[in-house]
Amino acid sequence: MDKFTGKIWVLGDDIDTDIIIPTEYLALKTVQDMAPYAFSPLRPELAGQLNAGDIIVAGKNFGCGSSREQAPEIIKALGIKCVIAKSFARIFFRNAINNGLLLIENEKLRDVVSEGDEITITINESIEHQGNQYPITSLPQNLVDIINAGGLVKAMQKLNNVENG
Amino acid sequence: MGMTIAEKIIAAAAGVESVKPGDIHTVELDRLMSNDGTTHLTIDMYNKLRKPRIADVSKLVWIMDHNVPCDSVKTAASHKKMRDFAKEHGIQFYEGAGVCHQVMMENHVTSGELIFGADSHTCAYGAVGAFGTGVGCTDYLYAMVTGKSWLLVPETLKFNLTGKLNDGVYARDLILSIIGMIGANGANYMAMEFGGEGLRTLNMSDRICICNLCVEAGAKTALMEVDEITLDYLKAHGREPKHNFKSDADAAFAKVYDIDLSTIKPIVAKPHFVDSVVDAKECVGTHIDEAFLGSCNNGRIEDLRVGARIIKGKKVHPLVRFLVVPASAEVYRQALAEGIIDTFMEAGAIVMNPNCSVCWGSCQGVIGENEVLISTGTRNFKGRAGHKDSFVYLASAATVTASAIKGEIATADRI
Repeated sequence: MDKFTGKIWVLGDDIDTDIIIPTEYLALKTVQDMAPYAFSPLRPELAGQLNAGDIIVAGKNFGCGSSREQAPEIIKALGIKCVIAKSFARIFFRNAINNGLLLIENEKLRDVVSEGDEITITINESIEHQGNQYPITSLPQNLVDIINAGGLVKAMQKLNNVENG
Repeated sequence: MGMTIAEKIIAAAAGVESVKPGDIHTVELDRLMSNDGTTHLTIDMYNKLRKPRIADVSKLVWIMDHNVPCDSVKTAASHKKMRDFAKEHGIQFYEGAGVCHQVMMENHVTSGELIFGADSHTCAYGAVGAFGTGVGCTDYLYAMVTGKSWLLVPETLKFNLTGKLNDGVYARDLILSIIGMIGANGANYMAMEFGGEGLRTLNMSDRICICNLCVEAGAKTALMEVDEITLDYLKAHGREPKHNFKSDADAAFAKVYDIDLSTIKPIVAKPHFVDSVVDAKECVGTHIDEAFLGSCNNGRIEDLRVGARIIKGKKVHPLVRFLVVPASAEVYRQALAEGIIDTFMEAGAIVMNPNCSVCWGSCQGVIGENEVLISTGTRNFKGRAGHKDSFVYLASAATVTASAIKGEIATADRI
């Protein structure tokens, strides 16, 4: 998936983990059961409208709040290919990487796109929107290794298998 | 180049001479805390591993606090999973002892340690100069199995405190002011370090309150300089510091803030963001349905004393539910011994067992559609305390108690 195109959904600043998945749904058994309630305090209809391969574009501090890992897991379960935000809260950032959900930080994109636009992402290079290119900063190598392994658990399994012969 | 406290703790945990912001290091962790919010997920992942093992079980502390006592059949199943796993593997386990961070402070944390907690408010441990940071369950699992993790060395924001808080102004007002000043992502990925003469005027309860809330500014961790107050607290709890680090004179800070504590006023954070802070006076008269005094942020004996002093001889407003939830069993018993619980009950408050309560919108006390809560809890996000169309204001124990009496947001000086 070096290069892909997707339809975007636009959200604001400070999309917190209680908006991504409210506490009352955390007792549901699987993230698939929780997924229909994603973003419900803000946009109850949104989870039902998202399609596999869509992209979320948001403002600053996306994922602030709780360490609940269901937040990035649900976004992934909804088929979201990647989240682009002006900035990400740090625990969410780690959790997303650990679950193999691609995050891209970009200051400018959020202010020039409209919901429903299509963008094309070339990994570690750029985002293209209506003929304009927005460069992407590449991730540190250890994070690339985790994503490439398919998340932290799979990365650990690899190590584990090596250590245990 | 000198190092900050955060840098020194990471260097020690990584076994290297020095580190600088932006470096990524593999670190050895001293302690690993997890609670019933996500431990069942960690166990599910652990059980799927090939040949799973725990690197050092003595580092693990598991605490039931989010839904205690259990409130549903679904939660009972995840609790049982956690309880059984802890027993099978000999993991130190608490149930009914209190909110995880308070239990950790009372029983485990010491200066200079590097601690992962599967809870965002783990940064509270900086009150004794420990590097505590919140992680998700996958990071937790990795640390549990390997004893290690990776950390990006954060830049540090330094807060030099001078002066003294005025009467009627609390640590809660100070940290809300700071979050309002730097914003909800003002310290994102960074460490927040507190020092200066003003710090000597803040007791351990104040320090826990301040460090605990730093994640609401995005901070990776919060750290306070170790002083006599820290050492006395540790000694009283039978612990010695692991390290006693101070930032070097030539340490590099991303930014330095000088804060005169005497300029801080009572503050309220309005719905739905912790950085949406205003002078408490601006909210006076706002209708409330419920008031909550408790949580890892403000449920200690010092907070209960503040509330009890204000409510003694008065009554909770008839249209308001006032929930009082001591942060730990130790706090609860102390409050009983001091007659504080009786004072609250005499006034008509609902006193509950130590747990996370309405602060996380589960347990008891959730609020309904269009209802308004004033809370000493940690967050006021949309829907945080119950219905998605409900409202949470955050304030000090004094403002919350005064509001419970008045039936609307009120400051303690007007009661």
